[in-house]
Amino acid sequence: MKLFLRSLIFGTVSLCLLAQTGCAPKEEKKAGSAITVWHWMTDREPAFQKLAEKYEAKTGIKVDFELYAPSDAYSQKVRAAAQGSTLPDIFGVLGEKRDFASYIKAGHILNLNTYMEEGFSAWKNRFFAKALAVNEFPDGNIYSVCPGIYGVPIDVMTIQMLYNKDLFKELGLNPNRPMQNFSEFLEIGKKLKEKKMQGLVSGWGEVWMIDCFANNYAFNIMGKDKVLATIKGEVPYTDPDWIKVFSLFKEMREAGVLASGLVTMVNKTAEQLFANGKAVFAFNGSWCVNVYKGMNPSLNYAAMLPPKASDKFPVSIWGGAGSSFMVNARSKNKEEAIKFLQWLTDKEQQVFLSDATNNLPANKDCLGKIPAILAQFADDMEATTHPNIWGVSEFPAVIEAMDKGVQSIIIGEKTPEQLAAEVQKVKERELAKRR
Amino acid sequence: MMRVKSTLENYVFVLPAVIIFSIFYIFPFVDVFRLSFYDWDGILPNPTYIQLLNFKEILFQDRSWWQSIYNAGYITVIALVFQNCLAFLLAWACDREIKLKNFYRVIFFIPPILSEIVVGMAWRFIINDIDGANLINRSLTAIGLPNLVNNWLSDPKTALTTVAIVHCWKGFGWGFLIFLAGLQTIPRELYEAARVDGANAWDCFRKITIPLMMPVIVLVAILTVLGTMQAFALIIGLVGGEFAGHTSVPVLRILASMRGSSRFGYACAQGITFGFILVIISFIQYRFSKKSRA
Repeated sequence: MKLFLRSLIFGTVSLCLLAQTGCAPKEEKKAGSAITVWHWMTDREPAFQKLAEKYEAKTGIKVDFELYAPSDAYSQKVRAAAQGSTLPDIFGVLGEKRDFASYIKAGHILNLNTYMEEGFSAWKNRFFAKALAVNEFPDGNIYSVCPGIYGVPIDVMTIQMLYNKDLFKELGLNPNRPMQNFSEFLEIGKKLKEKKMQGLVSGWGEVWMIDCFANNYAFNIMGKDKVLATIKGEVPYTDPDWIKVFSLFKEMREAGVLASGLVTMVNKTAEQLFANGKAVFAFNGSWCVNVYKGMNPSLNYAAMLPPKASDKFPVSIWGGAGSSFMVNARSKNKEEAIKFLQWLTDKEQQVFLSDATNNLPANKDCLGKIPAILAQFADDMEATTHPNIWGVSEFPAVIEAMDKGVQSIIIGEKTPEQLAAEVQKVKERELAKRR
Repeated sequence: MMRVKSTLENYVFVLPAVIIFSIFYIFPFVDVFRLSFYDWDGILPNPTYIQLLNFKEILFQDRSWWQSIYNAGYITVIALVFQNCLAFLLAWACDREIKLKNFYRVIFFIPPILSEIVVGMAWRFIINDIDGANLINRSLTAIGLPNLVNNWLSDPKTALTTVAIVHCWKGFGWGFLIFLAGLQTIPRELYEAARVDGANAWDCFRKITIPLMMPVIVLVAILTVLGTMQAFALIIGLVGGEFAGHTSVPVLRILASMRGSSRFGYACAQGITFGFILVIISFIQYRFSKKSRA
């Protein structure tokens, strides 16, 4: 009997301990004592830690920056925390606008409109309009989210074409006059073959950058309205303009401007190749400045808009808020969290972050103090667009069909017409499902 | 009374294990099964019940899912034949009195203990041309076969086979170890008796080794099927992902549904379907081996 009782007590105590360690809510912490921030930005971690120390010295409030990388793992952690209501005071939402909307609808993210508009919108006016737009849900948005600004941009980014100036010279080209249009770009293919050099590198094995590249040219060839009409289902992907967009990939393959193995290349590999002077062109985001600096500080390169394929519409590039932070609507520390984010986006802190990490600051007043190469990325901020500000979303299955299909065009497996027909078929299937 | 007490005591001892098993295995399994009937993005608190629509889509509309099953099947067939034959032959060789047999045992077991992603990236470096050492193509050129030079990982005709071969290199050590353990349980007297009766090495292998090793062969085959069908990290390391569907496998499709499309309910249904396929394959293998043994 004694043994039975001991076993029972042991079992009960074990279970209680298990419950305590596994399920204790994180929000038990005393309000105002510390702010917890979850982020995924490995390159910015040391700078964040320094800023946290500075903020604690100034206000007495401790800021715990907790790094969870890579970004995929971070996203899953945030989702899991949302399910268990254990999100930290400040966190970031990675992914598409519909996911962002779901977090808001589930009551996890605070509407910052009131804070942004205090004092004649002093906080709001600091930022690039396009950086805020990514975090904004306007009136009548398709996600049925209450209108407002739900995130604070920490930095901004643009995704552009880069070229190696030294390799340009070796090819007999003028490094100060990059190609002006798509035909000139294709012409370089001959020189690349002659000199046995690799052309464009990018993370097209990870596919989302293909989507980005294709969209840049869709905007250039048919304009924003027609692209959005396609997403709404009013224009089919078999439209001649879309076939023109898909044909550009075929033309690039045939001209030899694409690097060997591009379809299975991850962005890290592409960055290494470009940084080591093994490829003439790269298609990459402004975050690359820091990456290239780390890999090869003497790399001589410049950024440019992708060469236009049509004169009908301007080339648009993806850009806007690079990284944003959201405030947990259920946090007891939300007022402190907002004060901290206001401080973090002040000019002084933004200049520090930009210097330390070579990212474009979200605070537009800091632009005068950034390196020349970053300024080239910032110059084209007006040409930016992003799916998160279009107000309509394409079905993930359609995006996937398009990205994989473009890979098939690059390896010569499919024609642009076949791809257009396949994407349209998937689109019709998804539209039928929605109906 | 004593018996009841003793039974209760036993239950109390196993209770923590049962609870932990229930929390971390049974409950997630049941919940995955439940979620497979819902449309859920992994964030909103109230998933939408959609009956069997996820399964209907998987079975009748999702061509990329069946393509991934086919790809996994292709890798599995290569692993079953190539990897297991290699493992068996090497185990058989190491079971005999050869020099440095302990050294070989250690060497053959190194690939399985390496991380899949590391193996994938290392082989990518070995195989690829512009971002790697291009060793395969260089070797082919050096031995006078320049016409066989190819972009192995970026060519749709060779990508999946290259993945399968690297997978075999990574996995044959497990089979080797299990086969070797099995071979060592066969009494030596049987071979001696057979030799006295005039059997040669081939007869011994065919009439003694193979029949006595059959349960081990079945075990290794089942483990190979289960392990290979679920491989994905190696593919990410080698080709970065699904490469226009040519290297897509079921686990990559499930991940794509979860992370790319935020369709957690659909991903759960894919997981259930995939699990069901694996159970069927294992059952067929088991029945087949039972029949052949009989």
